[in-house]
Amino acid sequence: MKRSADCVIIGGGIIGTSVAYYLAKSGMTDVVVLEADYLASGGTGRCGGGIRQQWSTEPNARLAMESVRIFTTLEEELGEDIEFLQGGYLVLAYTDEDVEQFEKNVALQRGLGLDVEILTPDEIRARVVAQLNTERVKMATYCSKDASANPFLATRAYAAAAKRLGVEVELFTPVRRILAENGRITGVETDRGVISTPRVINAAGSHSVPLAETVGVELPIKPYRREILVTEPLERFFDPMIISFSFGVYFRQVQHGSIIGGFAYPDEQPGFNQTSSVDFLTTMSKKLAYLMPVLEDVKVVRQWAGLYDVTPDAQPIIGETDGVDGFFQASGFSGHGFMIAPMVSTLLSQIVLGETPALDVERLNLRRFEGDIDLDHSVV
Amino acid sequence: MKDDVVICRCEDVTYGQIVQAIDEGLTTLEEIKRVLRCGMGPCQGRTCSRLIARIIAEKTGRSMDEIGFPLDRPPVRPVEIGILAGERDEA
Repeated sequence: MKRSADCVIIGGGIIGTSVAYYLAKSGMTDVVVLEADYLASGGTGRCGGGIRQQWSTEPNARLAMESVRIFTTLEEELGEDIEFLQGGYLVLAYTDEDVEQFEKNVALQRGLGLDVEILTPDEIRARVVAQLNTERVKMATYCSKDASANPFLATRAYAAAAKRLGVEVELFTPVRRILAENGRITGVETDRGVISTPRVINAAGSHSVPLAETVGVELPIKPYRREILVTEPLERFFDPMIISFSFGVYFRQVQHGSIIGGFAYPDEQPGFNQTSSVDFLTTMSKKLAYLMPVLEDVKVVRQWAGLYDVTPDAQPIIGETDGVDGFFQASGFSGHGFMIAPMVSTLLSQIVLGETPALDVERLNLRRFEGDIDLDHSVV
Repeated sequence: MKDDVVICRCEDVTYGQIVQAIDEGLTTLEEIKRVLRCGMGPCQGRTCSRLIARIIAEKTGRSMDEIGFPLDRPPVRPVEIGILAGERDEA
């Protein structure tokens, strides 16, 4: 392991590996990625792999659209298959409030140039998923250019490409503490020794919080368990990710043929618990059996859980930290890190290199939590 | 062992693919599972995990104890969604 570097990145998930790649691509190659376990062993490797552009606010939609633009040529750029598929996202409305919100969302998204359609229940079955039970569905929004990819393969591809450019990726290397002197980053202490560096990128998901504390920085991020399950593989019969906020569900058929999906318990308490529950298994099965009766005979083979790293406004914390020069945050993605990683990491690499980022992400800096937080608008 | 010997029968993963993965730096069952899918099929690794652990031990010189086993994830065996949903009884 190196004893000094221009930049140390903590976290070998999609964010840490992609930031490493974009830094190296722009010329900063003396970079070390430190991962406590194996690549994508945290939130990234446990997520559903959805890539959605249908967001309800302009900045989020722009980040997602730019990320999809990067994703569409990423396999070619990185030279690896990451199972990227533009299978679309079908967002189901069950309530009048859903319909009202979705109409606003579509107007905003179309204004940004996103090709989004509003579909009636009959159109959903005729054009998108014949097997979907649309009983009680009022309408849906559908963007055929929304996508999905395999989070393990994407992380591995970014890491491999970064390594080819000179980045070192150290697995099974937990960070004990970050080192700073006189308001400046000086290094990182790991289980395998110290690396001197003037720059640290904290991309460790929920574990970013205790790491930041070692240099006196408080991150308002809480871990929340989210559960997910996967079925045996089936011959491919639908392409989009199907989601509903009000019904509480997301599911898709991955390239391998399995159905993968989950939902969030609204009353889940914060904590590092990653155990699987029987209640999730039965409740998710009820949801799937209702939404897609053909799945009743299909077997669930596995369930697991991961952690969302959630901030008070459900937006990530991106950028340099006031009071500790050279300390950059890239966490608090609140369940949406994978889908916006390519653009977020591009922008963060520009910030680290002292360039003006291609999109203004000042609104995502940690300092936004110093004043009153605007939580009024829907952000998902 | 011949490269074309199937180690993971659920996902058709061969000895050669596993050795190649180890050569590329994947030295734990968790990592090999995530890249090659062995252990993600209907048997959930109950057939292949021990075999793969032994291949890792041979190739890396580590002991079987050190390599360990992937976390067992529920359910213990595959169960139909209709049964889990409580809409019908197990046959």
